[in-house]
Order: sequence, then C-alpha cells, then structure tokens
Amino acid sequence: MTYFRLLRKNLTRKKLRLFLTIFSIFTAFLIFGVLKTFDHALNAGVELAGADRLITTSKVSLIQPLPFAHYTKIKATEGVKNVTHASWFGGYYQEPKNFLASFAVDAESYLDIYPEIFIPEDQRTNFLANQRGVLVGEALVQQYNWKIGDTLPLISSIWTNQDGSRTWEFQVEGIFYDKEEQFDTRSLMFHYDYFNEGRAGARDSIGWLIIKTESPELNEAVSKAIDDQFANSPNETKTDTEAAFGKAFLEQFGNIGLIITSVVGAAFFTILLVAGNTMVLAVRERTNEIAVMKTLGFSNGRIFTLIVLEALLLVLLGGLPALGVSWFMVEALKSAVGGGLPPMALTPEILLQAIAYMLLLGFVTGGLPAFNAVRINVAAALGRKAI
Amino acid sequence: MTKEPLIKLEGVSKHYVKNKMSIDIFDELDLVIRENEFVAVMGPSGSGKTTLLNLIGGIDRPTSGAITFGGERIDTFSESQLSKWRAANIGFIFQFYNLMPMLTAAQNVELPLLLTKLSKSKRAEHVKTALSIVELEDRAKFYPREMSGGQQQRVAIARAFISDPKVLLCDEPTGDLDRKTAEEILKILQLMVRDFGKTVIIVTHDPEAAKFASRKLYLDKGKFFERRAA
Repeated sequence: MTYFRLLRKNLTRKKLRLFLTIFSIFTAFLIFGVLKTFDHALNAGVELAGADRLITTSKVSLIQPLPFAHYTKIKATEGVKNVTHASWFGGYYQEPKNFLASFAVDAESYLDIYPEIFIPEDQRTNFLANQRGVLVGEALVQQYNWKIGDTLPLISSIWTNQDGSRTWEFQVEGIFYDKEEQFDTRSLMFHYDYFNEGRAGARDSIGWLIIKTESPELNEAVSKAIDDQFANSPNETKTDTEAAFGKAFLEQFGNIGLIITSVVGAAFFTILLVAGNTMVLAVRERTNEIAVMKTLGFSNGRIFTLIVLEALLLVLLGGLPALGVSWFMVEALKSAVGGGLPPMALTPEILLQAIAYMLLLGFVTGGLPAFNAVRINVAAALGRKAI
Repeated sequence: MTKEPLIKLEGVSKHYVKNKMSIDIFDELDLVIRENEFVAVMGPSGSGKTTLLNLIGGIDRPTSGAITFGGERIDTFSESQLSKWRAANIGFIFQFYNLMPMLTAAQNVELPLLLTKLSKSKRAEHVKTALSIVELEDRAKFYPREMSGGQQQRVAIARAFISDPKVLLCDEPTGDLDRKTAEEILKILQLMVRDFGKTVIIVTHDPEAAKFASRKLYLDKGKFFERRAA
C-alpha cells in the first residue's frame, strides 16, 4: 500500500457521494473553461492593442460614418505619424450563417499601420495592384478552402451595389497570417476605392480611422487635438486608444466581463460549498479512524497533509477532465460560429488559472476539516475517556 | 534476575473538570512495569483503568507527576515527539478492533509501516509474517466486514506489533468476543510476551482473561492492589 492508495481508498468509500461531488466540480470547471475562453477571445483585441495606435469614430455612435475629409485633416494633425481608415462591410459567404468579419480599407496605409499582418511580398504587391483584390485571413482560407486566384462573391447585409444587388465580387490575391498572434485571421479586407465607387449610397464616407502617433506619450494630446478639430461640427469625433476603443466596443453588448465573472463566481461559490461539505462530512465520519491513526503514530502534520491531499485529489478529479471537455467544446463552438467571433482558444493562461483555482479550492475545502482532524482528542474520539 | 523498569509512574495524579467539578481519578499513583511483563489491570468501572492506559500510551497527560519510559520522561514530550515515540514504542489494541473498513486485512496491518522507510516489498514481507503469526495469511485480502470478531482482533494485534513496539496496550481486547475466541486472543498476547519479548498491559473486567497475565493489578479508589500469578 502507498499513501496514494490510502487517499484513493478514503475517497472512494461513498461512491455515489464521490460521483456527485466530482460531477459538480466538473460542471463548475467546464463553465469556467468555456466562459473564460469566450471572455479571453472577446478581450484579445483589447489586450493586444497597439500602444501607439488611436481610433477615431463618430462621437454619436460607432456605426455612424464619418466624412472622408476627416482622413486628410487628421493626417495633418501634429503628432500623427500615419493614418488609415476602415469601413465595416458586414459580409457573409453564400448564406448568412457564414458571417465574415470583412472590412473596406485603405490598403497601403492599413498594412503599414498594422505590421503584425504578415503577407508574402508577392501577394502584397498583387493585392495592392488589383482593385478587386481581397486579402483573406489564414483561418478563413482553411475553413472555406479558398485559394489565390479564386473569385469570391460576398453578400453584404448593409451595402447595396450600384446594380441593385448586394453581391460583391472579389478576387483572392493574398493570404495573411497571424505571425505574432496579434491579429484575427478569421477576417478579410479589400480596397476602399473599389467599395466606395461600387456602393449605391453613402459615398465618400468612412467607418473609422486608425492613427499611429509619433510616440505613445503623445496619445492623449493627439486625441484631444483631433477631437477639438471637429468639435461643434456636424461630424464630431471621439478618439481613444485602441485598447479603450476595443473595450468600449465590447461594452456595447453589456458588461460581458462582469457577467462572466458573476457566472463563474456563482459556480465556484456553489462548488466551494459542495466540496467543502463533502470533505467536512467525510472527515467527521472518520473521527474514530483518525484517532486510531494517531495512536499508530501518525503525526498531526501528516494527518493534515493527507486530508488536504484528499481534497486536492477530489477537486483535480473533477477539474482536470472538465478542462479537457472544455477544449472540445471550444473547438466545436469555433466551428459552429465561424467568423462571428474572435479566435477562441483554451490558452495556457486559462489552463494555469484553472489549475490555480483547483489548488486553492482543494486547500480551502481540505483545510478546515484537516484542522478539525488535527484537534481531535484521541481519548475522547475512541470513547476511552470515560475513566 | 530482575529486569530493568520499562515504564515508571511516579506520583502521577489525574483530575478531570466536568461541569465545573473536579473529578480525581487518581492521586500520587506510583507504578513500575518491567520489560517483558504481562500485566492485567482490573478494577471496577470508573477506577481509572483506561485513563492509566491512555497515560502510559501518551494519548493523555497527567495533571501532575512523572511518567518515564525507558528512563525518558514522556509526559513532557510535545505532540509531534509523542507521535514519533508512539510509532516506535507502542501498539494499541482496542475492544472493538478499530480497523479501517475500506482497507483489507493486509492493508490494515501495513498501515503503521507507512511511517517507516521500508520499501514496498519489505513492507509486504513484514505483513505476510505478521499475518502468519496471528494465523490469518489466508484472510490477507479480506475486508473487516468479511471477517469474524476474533479474526478482526487478530488483524488488530498484527497491526499493533508489526512495527515492533516494545509495549502492547490492550483495552478490553476480549470484551467483545466469546470465551473460546477470547482465549485464542489471549494466547496470542502470551505468545507476544514469551516469544517476541513484548511487554503487554491489558485492561479487563474479566478475571478469566486476567489469569493469562503474569501480574495482576487491581485499581480501586486511586490505589493499586497487586497480586502476582503463581
């Protein structure tokens, strides 16, 4: 026999109780794994935002377009190193469920401002030369089996073509990669000029501007200078850092972080009570046996350790499989939602965080009964105090 | 030749406070137990027999006085010192066996050896020998619920002596057994004294059980009255 076997034997005394407790822990960590992955995916853009990049949108709303003239004026603002712009296309491929994150951009300046977008040099040249060209993210290429040279018909849920249809034809000229995990490759971009000339209305408007400043220290001053420039005009602006913009974008849907934290918190609080109760009961039922172990020479420290390890084992038995199942669920979710969400992945950070919570839960739920076990009066527990 | 004293109680008093009343169990008690003795402690209920066993086994502390074991004061030991000391020197046997229900006979016997540095194979060897001494090799894989009371008590004895302690402290070891099984258990305890050099102290109400001891002590009103076996 080994200590591990002793732990296992103690743990499996009441199999139904063990199963139910493990299942509760499993559920809590499954919720944690999936929701944290979702939260991480939503916040990825915020976390990876460039420190020296600003975003200018309409002060009224993110979806309110800005006049193209803003682009030229902002370019001339002091402290601005480079400017580009983008417009939301709202496209899908073949059917609405294949929704794609698609943008009309000023290609050259856009690629300059986002150096993390990696494209082979020849593809970049071809894309810049072809007004109908489209740059497609690696993940989309894998999903739809597109290849360079393919004609890609996209349907916009917003923009009508001059011929009255909503179908826009592009030609795949390049595939961009996520070299440093800083850009969502489940997206595509094409030339603003082609889009602007082709659309039936709202010509010469742009969605938002991306500004690269001379230095991150100038961000505040440049933001103010830009917004002051357009103050009291029909198209007032709101300029934020890229990170703040990303955060504000997410907050349109409500405070997702708070919702996720609340759900995960409730799940953990419940599991703390369930696992804690299981351990307290399990140890209380064994008062006599713990007293016997003390008579055999098991020290208080050893008994404390055994009980805490038992609680840890209980939590790990529920938690680790939950992380495995979370991974499968995240993969399934990725396939189901297509390009509708930023890239989801059960990252090492989430795994480490989950394991840290498991350890904490083990210590907390094992600590109290272990402390009580240490305080057991051997003579009283054995019923031998009665003189 | 008279053997060296192994256990010595000098002026040991034990008082409990219950419902704000002080209850004197014994006052200024003296006792010497030598190596390799088989001592039976008898006496009426409430005379302090079990408390005496608890004090000798280091699971209770005297209110005053000194308890020495092999010349060393144990009443001044810390809890962790007592744990180590118990693991090395004391084996407990209880009236209701107190085996771990989820462990087999062999695993129950092996339990104290987890505190030693013996390898797994050595431990298995020791367990096999211990079970053969109590004639239970064929029950090694049985769980307590699958064994009779006498068999469970034999497993408890094997568990008590497997780590080779000097003393076996037995609290009513035959109290839950029929006469025939009780005699078998007492013979095993005699064997422990005779063949393995152990010192055995049993607390019993049963004069028949006490007959197996080489020395009988009657504890009453906090005093010992002694009678040696013929």
